[in-house]
Amino acid sequence: MESISQLLHFFPLIIVTIGSLVVMMVDAFSKDTAKLYYLSVFFLIAALAASISDVFGPAGEAFYGMAVYGGTSAMGGVIVLLGTLFVVLLCKEYLTAIKHHVGEVYSLILFCTVGMLVLVTANDLVTLFLGVETMSIALYVLAGLIKRDKAGAEAALKYFLLGAFATGFFLYGIALLYGAAGSTQLTAIAEVTDGGLIYWGGLAMLLVGIFFKISAVPFHMWTPDVYQGAPTLITAYMATASKAAVIVALIILLGRAFPDIHSDWAEVFQVIAVLTMILGNVIALVQDNMKRMLAYSSIAHVGYIMVGLVAGTAAGYSGVMYYLFAYTIMNVGAFGVVAYYERQKGLDFTNMENYGGLGYKQPMFGVAMSIFMFSLAGIPPFAGFIGKYQVFAAAVYEGYIGLVLVGVITSVIGVYYYIRVLVYLYMREPESDTVFQQPGMVYKTAILVLAIMTIYFGIQPGALSEIFTQGFEQLQIMAATGR
Amino acid sequence: MVTYLFILFATLAIAAALAMVLNRSTVNSALFLVLNMLSIAGIYLLLKAQFLAVVQVLVYAGAIMVLFLFVIMLLNVEDEEAVLDKINFRYIISVILGVVVLSYLLYIAGSMADALPPVAEDMAQVGTVEAIGDELFSTYILPLEITAILLTAAVVGAIMMAQHKFK
Repeated sequence: MESISQLLHFFPLIIVTIGSLVVMMVDAFSKDTAKLYYLSVFFLIAALAASISDVFGPAGEAFYGMAVYGGTSAMGGVIVLLGTLFVVLLCKEYLTAIKHHVGEVYSLILFCTVGMLVLVTANDLVTLFLGVETMSIALYVLAGLIKRDKAGAEAALKYFLLGAFATGFFLYGIALLYGAAGSTQLTAIAEVTDGGLIYWGGLAMLLVGIFFKISAVPFHMWTPDVYQGAPTLITAYMATASKAAVIVALIILLGRAFPDIHSDWAEVFQVIAVLTMILGNVIALVQDNMKRMLAYSSIAHVGYIMVGLVAGTAAGYSGVMYYLFAYTIMNVGAFGVVAYYERQKGLDFTNMENYGGLGYKQPMFGVAMSIFMFSLAGIPPFAGFIGKYQVFAAAVYEGYIGLVLVGVITSVIGVYYYIRVLVYLYMREPESDTVFQQPGMVYKTAILVLAIMTIYFGIQPGALSEIFTQGFEQLQIMAATGR
Repeated sequence: MVTYLFILFATLAIAAALAMVLNRSTVNSALFLVLNMLSIAGIYLLLKAQFLAVVQVLVYAGAIMVLFLFVIMLLNVEDEEAVLDKINFRYIISVILGVVVLSYLLYIAGSMADALPPVAEDMAQVGTVEAIGDELFSTYILPLEITAILLTAAVVGAIMMAQHKFK
């Protein structure tokens, strides 16, 4: 009976779970795919509202310590659901345009979101693993949605094989940590601080599995190919919501299971952060394909996020949360615009060379793209700048000056390839006289809302970042008393 | 006795795993995988985890391997006909003898090092069906439900990949 009252703290998860099953069943009996779209949007909005109210609710453990609620978990849920909602809103028009508007897409996206919501609430390695797998399996299928496209099939297969390999590492890490701590619960693992080789080996393998999912260097090899081959909005989904979910799970994992050995893992994280920032930014410089460029840019952003994790303080973690929030809105927006250009006939509009003069053809999308690109580059007054500032400030405060220096230099390098898009949009002659289809009302509004949010949270970060900081402190107090 | 059986099963498992990877014919590989799984089921039994042992035989060695073999045969992999021709009894007997000798040697080494402590009485209780059911529907109720969603997602995904023909 205790479990039933605990369910009250997991409304977002329950709503999305019921939503995914309802959409699946309706899909089986109805030919009208548009109905599924409205149903999914309805369930996602309900879940988003529930998770926003959870942010201001209590925090604690539930289900025999298998899950946590409130605090960081609730905010992670908000970020994930926000990303998912906008992807689904944009999805309908995009999928109809590429003639792949099938009902299963919606139920799979919702199943995937269930996995992500489990991830952000995981307080046990078993739940963590199940969350990762539910999310990944749905993503493998979604990545291969366009079957006749060779690049799409390659992307799905590559993602699946490498993902399964990483899952092996992940599971082996869990097994070894269980051997060292005698429990899979995060707070029980925190009590062991040096269990010898079995402990360190387990931790290392667990982190390899997680680094693969967030595509940190040197586990990033799959990212560019998969991001390029998958349908553009699914790529947006993979790059934002799924990464945000895994990183929130990583924050909870580090904050609750490994807080006392921070100085040990921070060293490893530092090396990986430096590699990720340098490699992501430098390779992105020479990419002509927009989706590939955004893939390398997403690798670079993971590097900046890891700078915040290295700091290991409440300020660092809440900075990472803010970064994830900003990254989700601006990146879904950027991919949304790319998806709009891409579906025009005539030229290959994923290639940046063909972006000449597009800024004038659809002024609203041109301006929105400029806002997202400036924000991704980390230029004030956009949300991306605040996120970057917060993670770097937290790291400087903890004395990681060298690391932040690398971060700043690489973000300056990064500005080049983001601005390059704008140069093409506004300063080159058009490659062809393609007449652009008008975007639908929903599509336009969604992009507009994302652009406005990018500006708003760049100018008014105060309230939100305060909530993020409070949330993490709540989680920490809980970890201290939970033992 | 337990130590002897453990070493036999362990050696057999490793040998079968190696043979599975090194073998060229896919059907042979699959059969070696069956052997590997059966020997691991034996190890589970020695650890007094009866439920796990039975599930290992039923699900892995049984159902999943049948699926494996079906797929291999449906796909018509080239080496398939060669299965029966290639079985060389002298070779098989020599492998089995080698395994036996090796495991005996390991047994001597193992008994000297006193490698295997006996399974504790309360540990033996953990492996029963009742104990697992209890845990599964109390402590692990949330993971159990998530597993249900995971499997549903996998089935929906598989059907979608197999079914839709886009113009």
